[in-house]
Amino acid sequence: MRRPALIVSGFLSAVSAMLIGSMLAIWLDFRSNAPLRESTDGGKMLRDWLPENIKIPEVATNTMMMTFVITCVMAQWAVYSSRRNDSKHASLALGVVLLTEIALINAQLAIYSQMGIGVRDGSYMTMFYAVTATMLVIIVVCMGFTLLALFRSIAGRAGDLDLVSAHALYCYAVSAIFAALWFVVYVQK
Amino acid sequence: MTAIDSSHSATSSSGSIATRSTLLGTIAAYLTASDHKRIGRLLISVSAIFAIATAIEGAILGIERISPSSSIVDADIIVQLFSALRFDLIFSVAAPMMLGLAVAVVPMQVGARALAFARSAMFGFYLWLFGVILVGSSYLNNGGPGGGNAEMVDLFLIGLGLVIAGLLLISTSVATTVLASRRAGMTLIETPIFSWSALVASVSMLLTLPVVAGAIIYVAVDHAYERATFGATEGVNAWIGWAFTTPQIFIVAIPTLGVLAQIVATMTRGKQPLRAGLLIGVGLMSTAVIGAVTQSSQTVNFSGSANDVLKSLIPYLFFNHLPILGVFIVLGLSLLALKNERAKLNAAFVPAFLGVGMVLTGMIGGSVFRITNFKLANTVFEEAVLVYVCYGVVLSGIGAVAYFGPRIWGREIPSGPVLGLGLLGFLATVLASLPYFIAGFADQPASVANNFDYSGPIWLWNSLVGAGHALMALVVLLFFAIAAKSFRSGTVSSATSADLFESVNG
Repeated sequence: MRRPALIVSGFLSAVSAMLIGSMLAIWLDFRSNAPLRESTDGGKMLRDWLPENIKIPEVATNTMMMTFVITCVMAQWAVYSSRRNDSKHASLALGVVLLTEIALINAQLAIYSQMGIGVRDGSYMTMFYAVTATMLVIIVVCMGFTLLALFRSIAGRAGDLDLVSAHALYCYAVSAIFAALWFVVYVQK
Repeated sequence: MTAIDSSHSATSSSGSIATRSTLLGTIAAYLTASDHKRIGRLLISVSAIFAIATAIEGAILGIERISPSSSIVDADIIVQLFSALRFDLIFSVAAPMMLGLAVAVVPMQVGARALAFARSAMFGFYLWLFGVILVGSSYLNNGGPGGGNAEMVDLFLIGLGLVIAGLLLISTSVATTVLASRRAGMTLIETPIFSWSALVASVSMLLTLPVVAGAIIYVAVDHAYERATFGATEGVNAWIGWAFTTPQIFIVAIPTLGVLAQIVATMTRGKQPLRAGLLIGVGLMSTAVIGAVTQSSQTVNFSGSANDVLKSLIPYLFFNHLPILGVFIVLGLSLLALKNERAKLNAAFVPAFLGVGMVLTGMIGGSVFRITNFKLANTVFEEAVLVYVCYGVVLSGIGAVAYFGPRIWGREIPSGPVLGLGLLGFLATVLASLPYFIAGFADQPASVANNFDYSGPIWLWNSLVGAGHALMALVVLLFFAIAAKSFRSGTVSSATSADLFESVNG
């Protein structure tokens, strides 16, 4: 057998990347076709895409980005421990990954709350909720993967390197996908 | 390694209680199956039923267009039927039929104990089926792209999303089986050609269907919250229409090359000359993925300046003609293999070969469609391209079932009906498509059944198309009835599962 879990994780990563990639492509297309308007200080012309009254809560978004880094490190620690049949540390690492994923979901909900926008309020808002909610679903899928690996580790199958490696691969992929979304939606706006 | 499935008829020795429990047991077994042959059989059977329904849709539309000044069917229903025909050809018939074949055959070809993640594939089948039912319900209630009932349009989008999720799950199982479950010592180069084509098709779907899903999510959210950012109901087609046309539809036809090459290679019982070329040819057809994910059509106009023509010609050739080159390579190498004097012609070769021919004709038509000088946009030419490709897949499916079936289920299908129905299916495909190639040049508008006119025998082209679709419905019905009967109680086959492989090393 040639590590089927790792292969499936690779496919899942590709599917997630194509999904968010296509949504970001459409986002960029809309943004580039938005009409120009003058900035509030009158200094420059901007694309009329992000409404003037909306502020992106950059603390929360940057915290999400950094949390993904921690998630990746912890996922790799789980692989390291699993390779040594160290179920205690593998379970601990996977538990921390689960906690970071809960934190990510919490941060995303905090962003929604702080922005205070409604999904019907405009084109930007509708597309913003669509793409970020899709990212949230991908994080939830990753969470399911983490739970599966965690339960197997707790049950004593810490040496199951295939599944733990697959989990780590998916965590890396989700982090990379979020990095693209973070840059396009939250940084470039 | 999975073994030949010996079919046995359900017997009941005493009373209706035993018969009912056997029937219930069979239903329960199918509902919870993890056997790849059973899952494959479900996919192929259900897609065959949908093929008959789709052909009837096409026949109704053809008949409706015979006389543009009168109508038999209500105008609202006609709009839904046009959209339903496109959806059904690709997502209800062609894609699941090829994936079903892959699920049934690939594990045996690669020497796997079972299909990888078989329960996931079974779940994918139910997701797909439920999605198709939702889409059908939405069409029946004035949903679908451009439909008048907003809630039913939302239902259409949800159904389409479920269909895509189901196909993705099945594709993942097939691709993982080829990559991870091959028997020890079998490298990817040595993988039987049908399994290789199944791998390429599955990976192609894994790359392109999520792009459709991304567009669907935007359109669905926008539509559900009554915004018009994406054009409301009328805009649905604008954002996901590329998934129902070239080059995206070439992806579902990739396994047809594998079917033909596999039949030829095992027919000749010798080493396939330039086998690596076959693998490359199949791979070239998957370059359609690159064209599909751009979500736009690559057209060319030869009437501009030389510089402008060159700028559009290169992407046009790359996205439209590379897949065609792949088909030519496989066809050429397959015909080269037939020069082997040890070749023993198999009846299944005929529908498989004709199926690839029809796919190729559709692909060439698709490339002609993209030359804007011909002004074929919004004409029935595009419908003909779609029908050529998808009915070509059905023909190839007939050949595949006739060829692989005895090797999997241990019972023969008589050659005469396979040959006859293969030729009839070819005739049906030509009748259902070629007249619209001609009518397209005469500017018969697409998706319109009434109030159009052009010089030419309108009644002739449309009645031929209607007849072609009706004939295809009959062919599919007859073939699968014969296959079902043969696999249950036909002659025991002398073929073995070893016949699933071609000779790789001579």
